[in-house]
Amino acid sequence: MSTAAADLLQTYLGEEHTISSWLLTHDHKRIALMFFGSVTLFFFVGGSAATLIRLHLVNPAGTLLQPEMYNRLFTMHGIVMVWFFLIPSIPATLGNFLIPMMIGARDLAFPRLNLFSWYLFNVSGLVALYFLFVGGVDTGWTFYTPYSTLFANGHVIAAAVAVFINGFSTIATALNFVVTTHKLRAPGMTWFRLPLFVWAIYVTSIIMLLATPVLAMTLALVAIERLMGIGIFDPSLGGDPLLFQHMFWFYSHPAVYIMVLPAMGVVSEVITCFARRPVFGYKGMCFALVSIAVIGFFVWGHHMFTAGISLLSAVVFSMLTFIVAVPSAIKVFNWTVTLHNARIHFDAPMLYALGFVGLFTIGGLTGLVLGTLASDIHLQDTYFVVAHFHFIMVGGTVSAYFAGLHYWWSKITGKHYPETWGRFAAILMFVGFIVTFAPQFILGYLGMPRRYYTYPADLQTWNVLSSAGASILAVGYLLPLCYLGWSLFYGRKAGPNPWRATGLEWQTSSPPIGHNFLRTPQVTEPPYQYDPRDGSYISQDGIRHA
Amino acid sequence: MHEWVPFWPRNAALSASIIDTINIGEFALIALILVFVFGMMITFGVRYRHGSARPRTAVAERSWRFEIGWTSATIAAFFVLFVLGANAYLFLYEAPRHQDLELYVVGKQWMWKIEHPGGQREIDAMHVPLGSTVRVVLASEDVIHSLFIPAFRLKHDVVPGQFETFWFRATRTGSYQLECSEFCGTQHAHMRGTVTVMRPAAYARWLTDQGVAESLAQRGFALFRKYGCSGCHGTGSDVHAPSLAGLYGSIAHLADGRAVRADERYIRDCILIPQTQRVAGYPPVMPSFQGQLSEEDLINLLAYIQSLSEGPRP
Amino acid sequence: MPSARTLRPGMQYADLEQQSETAQLGMWLFLATEVLFFGSLIFAYTVYRSAYGHQFQLAGHDSFILLGSVNQAILVTSSLTMVLALRAARAGEQRALVWLLCATAALGLAFLGVKGYEYARDAASHALPAIDFVFKPGYRAPAEMFWTFYLISTGLHALHLSIGIVLVLIFAVRAARGAFSPAYDGPLEVVGLYWSFVDTVWFFLFACIYPLGRVMT
Repeated sequence: MSTAAADLLQTYLGEEHTISSWLLTHDHKRIALMFFGSVTLFFFVGGSAATLIRLHLVNPAGTLLQPEMYNRLFTMHGIVMVWFFLIPSIPATLGNFLIPMMIGARDLAFPRLNLFSWYLFNVSGLVALYFLFVGGVDTGWTFYTPYSTLFANGHVIAAAVAVFINGFSTIATALNFVVTTHKLRAPGMTWFRLPLFVWAIYVTSIIMLLATPVLAMTLALVAIERLMGIGIFDPSLGGDPLLFQHMFWFYSHPAVYIMVLPAMGVVSEVITCFARRPVFGYKGMCFALVSIAVIGFFVWGHHMFTAGISLLSAVVFSMLTFIVAVPSAIKVFNWTVTLHNARIHFDAPMLYALGFVGLFTIGGLTGLVLGTLASDIHLQDTYFVVAHFHFIMVGGTVSAYFAGLHYWWSKITGKHYPETWGRFAAILMFVGFIVTFAPQFILGYLGMPRRYYTYPADLQTWNVLSSAGASILAVGYLLPLCYLGWSLFYGRKAGPNPWRATGLEWQTSSPPIGHNFLRTPQVTEPPYQYDPRDGSYISQDGIRHA
Repeated sequence: MHEWVPFWPRNAALSASIIDTINIGEFALIALILVFVFGMMITFGVRYRHGSARPRTAVAERSWRFEIGWTSATIAAFFVLFVLGANAYLFLYEAPRHQDLELYVVGKQWMWKIEHPGGQREIDAMHVPLGSTVRVVLASEDVIHSLFIPAFRLKHDVVPGQFETFWFRATRTGSYQLECSEFCGTQHAHMRGTVTVMRPAAYARWLTDQGVAESLAQRGFALFRKYGCSGCHGTGSDVHAPSLAGLYGSIAHLADGRAVRADERYIRDCILIPQTQRVAGYPPVMPSFQGQLSEEDLINLLAYIQSLSEGPRP
Repeated sequence: MPSARTLRPGMQYADLEQQSETAQLGMWLFLATEVLFFGSLIFAYTVYRSAYGHQFQLAGHDSFILLGSVNQAILVTSSLTMVLALRAARAGEQRALVWLLCATAALGLAFLGVKGYEYARDAASHALPAIDFVFKPGYRAPAEMFWTFYLISTGLHALHLSIGIVLVLIFAVRAARGAFSPAYDGPLEVVGLYWSFVDTVWFFLFACIYPLGRVMT
C-alpha cells in the first residue's frame, strides 16, 4: 500500500473502518466528528427556515407564506439554531476533539458517557424533526405562557420533550469536560498554563451544568400543564405567567453565554497564534471568563423590563447587566492590544477571528442600549433585539466556529483547505452578515416588532436590504461546505504543526493517533510563548522552535 | 428629529423626547468606542503585519495597569448610562403624580379594545387629547400581549390575570401606529391600530360625537348591583363589609399586618381572589367572582369604584 | 470498567485511585444538576405558597402525615444500611456488603410501597389533580395547585428512587460475584452518593408537604 495510506492507518481515522467502529467508538475524536455531522445537518435545517423567512419578508404584504406557517418557521429557526446548533457547535465538535489533546490526556474522563451524549443528541434531534414534519410549533423558541400552555395549536409537548432530552446531552458533555479538566491534566499542566480555549469550555460547562436543569423543569411544567390540564402558569387557576418567564430566562440568559464563551476561547487561540505573540493579559482573560459566567446568572430580568416586574428589580437587573458587560469589554481590549507589537498573518482563521471581534463588539454595545432601562422600553421585542442577538450569535459565535474549523482543520483531517477560498469566504461572510443585520437595527428603532409576518409598507426598503444580505451570507456558508469537502479528497497533506502553534495538540501528528500521544507530554511552559521579533515559539512541552 | 435624519421615527410624546435623547447619547458613545477599537485594530493590523519592517520588541508582560485603567473607564461610562436610563425608566413607568384622563385597554387575540371613561369604545384605535397626561389601564382576555406605540417610544406588556398601567403625554397631533409587540398567535402581526392625537377641543367634540349614553362608571354600577356586591358593600347592608367610598387610592390594612395601596391591582384581586386580600377587622366571607366576570366587566367595576374616590388618583 | 481479576484502570487514567476519584467528582457534579432540577420545582412551589398561604395550608392539612413520616424513617434507615455497606466493602466483608445492599434496596422498595398506598389513599379522598380531584369545602384553585406540586415532586422523587433501587440491586449481584474489594470500591461510593441525595431530597419534600396546616399556621 502507499505510504500515505499506511500513514493514515496509524491515525484515529484509519484505525478501523467498520460502521460499528464509529457508532460504538469511545474515541473522543471520532465522537467529535459525529457531532460535527449532526450539528451541520441542523445548521442547514435552521438555515433553510431563515431563508424562507427572509424571502417572505421582501414583500410587506407577505404572500410567500401563510401566517401560521411563518410563525412556525421562526419558531423552528429559533429552537433548532439555539439547541441543535449554537449550544453544541463549538463544545461538542471542537471541544470534544481538542480538550483531551490540549491538556495532554488520552481521552475524556468518561468516554462512554461522551458517546451516550451523542446518542441523546440524535434522539432529541429525531423528536425535533418529528414535530417539525407533523406541523411544527408557533410559540417562538421562548414558549411564553399562557399562549404555549393553553392557546397554541402546535406540538408544544413534543417540542418540550425534544429540548428536554437535548438538555441531557448537554449536561453529559459538560460533566465530562469539567471532570476531565480537573482530573486528567498532564504533569506540569497547572490551571494557569491551560490554553484559554480549555478555560472557556470549562467555564461554559459549569454554566451548562447549573442552568440546563432549570430549563428542563420549566419545560416539564409546561408540558405537564398542557398534557394534564392543570394550571401552573394559568392565571384563571391562580397561576402566574411571569413565573414562567423568570424560570425560563434564568436558564436562557446563561444560555447565551454558553453560546458565546466557547467562541471567545477559539478567538483567543487563533489571534495569539496568527499574531505570533502571547495574548495580552492572560490572567485577566481567565478572570473575565469566570466573571461573565457568574454575573451572567443574575441578569435574566433584563428580558422582562416591560413585562410588569417591580421597578426596583428592574433597576437591579439593569445595573448587573452593565456590570456583566465589563469583562466582555476587557476581552475585546485584550484581543485588540494583542495585535500591538505583533507579527500578523491574515490567513482565513485570523480573518474569521478578527471578524468576531468586530461584530461581537457591535453586538455587545447594542446590548448596552437594551440594558439601559429607558431605551429598552422602546426597543424591547423589536427588530433591534433581533439584530443585537444575531450580531453576537451569528456575527460572533458562527464566525468563531468557522475560525476554529479552519484553524484545526489540518489537525482533524490531515489535509489543508485551499487558503485563497478560505479568505474569500471569510470576507464574503462578513460583508453578507453586515448587509443582512445592520438594517435590522434601523427597523427596530423605527418600531417594527419581532415575529411579524407582515409590516407597514414604508419599512420595505430595509427589509429588502436585509434579505439581499442574507443571500450573500448564504453563499458565505455554502462555500466552506464545498471547499472543505473538496480538501478531504484533494487537499494538500498537512504536517503536525502547519501553523507553528504552541499548544500540545500541535505537538502530535495530523491527524492524531488513536490515543493522541505516544508518550504523555510533560508541560513546562505557559501557553502562547510566541516571539514576535522572529516568529519563533516555545511549545508547551518546553521545546524551542525557530 | 425625523425631519433631518432620513430614517428617524416621528416623535409625538414627552416620553419619545426623553428616550431619544438618551439613545442619541448612547449611539454617539458607541460610535466613539467603535472608532477607538476599530481604529486600533486597523492601525495595528497594518503596522504589525508580518511583512512590515517595523521593529518588534520582546514581549514584557506588564498588563495590570492597562487592565485596571480601561476597566475603570468602562465601569465609569457604564455607570453614567445606567443611571440615566434607570432615572428615566422610573419617571416613565411610575404612576404620574397627577393625571388628566384615564383610558382602559383590553387586548385580546387579535384586537385592541379601548374604552374612554365616558363609555366611548374603539377597536384598534385610540383617540387622545394633546398635552394631557393620560393613564392607561391594561387588561388581557387571553394571552400576553404588549401595547406598543413607536412614536411615543412606549410599550408595556399586557398580562392576563392582572392589571398593568402606564402613562403618556402626547406632544404632537397626528396619527401614529399602535402595535402588539408580544407574540400572541397567528394574527399577531395584524393586531395593529392607530393612535390619533387631537387638540383638546377636537377631542371633546369627538367624545360627544360617539353618542354614548352610559359612562364606564355607570356600567360598573349596574354590574355592582347585578352581581350582588351592593348586598354587602351597599349603604343599607347589615353585612360587615368594608365601605368602598374613598377606597381607591387609600391605604388598605390587611389581616396579616400588611398595608397596601388600594390601586387597580388591589381592587381586581379583591374581586377575583378575595382570600388573599383579607382586610383587617372584617370576616373572610367575600365570595370569589373568578370566571364570572370578563375583563371589560372588571374594568367597568374598577371605573365605578374609582368614581367613589374624590381627589387626585394615585 | 476493569474486571475484578485484572483491576486495571481505563487507559486515560494513571491508576485506579485516580479513576475512582474522577467517578466521584462526576457524581457530585451530576448531583449538583439534580439540586437545580428539584430546586427549581421547589422554587416555583415556594412562590405559590407565599402567594396563597392559607389555601396551601388548607390543602396540606389533608395530606397523610403518618405515611409521610413512615417513609421518612424508611429512607433514613436505608441511608444507614448504605453507609454500612460501604464500610463493609472497605473492610473486605463481602457477605455483609451483599446483605446490606439488599437491605437498602428492600427499604427503597418499602418506601415505594408505602408511597403507592399513599397515592391510593389520596385518590380515594379525591386529591390527585387531573386524575381524580374534587374541591373540598374551602378549596379554591390554589389548593389544587398544592396538590399538583405534591404529585409532580413526589412522582419525580419516586422515579429517582426507582433508578437508585435498580442500581443498588445490580451492584448487589456484582458484589455477590466478588467484583468489589478494599482496593476497588469506587462504584459503590458513587452509588452511595446518589442514594444519599435521593434521601436528602425527601427531607425537603417532606418539609414542603406535610407540616402545612398542622405545625404551621
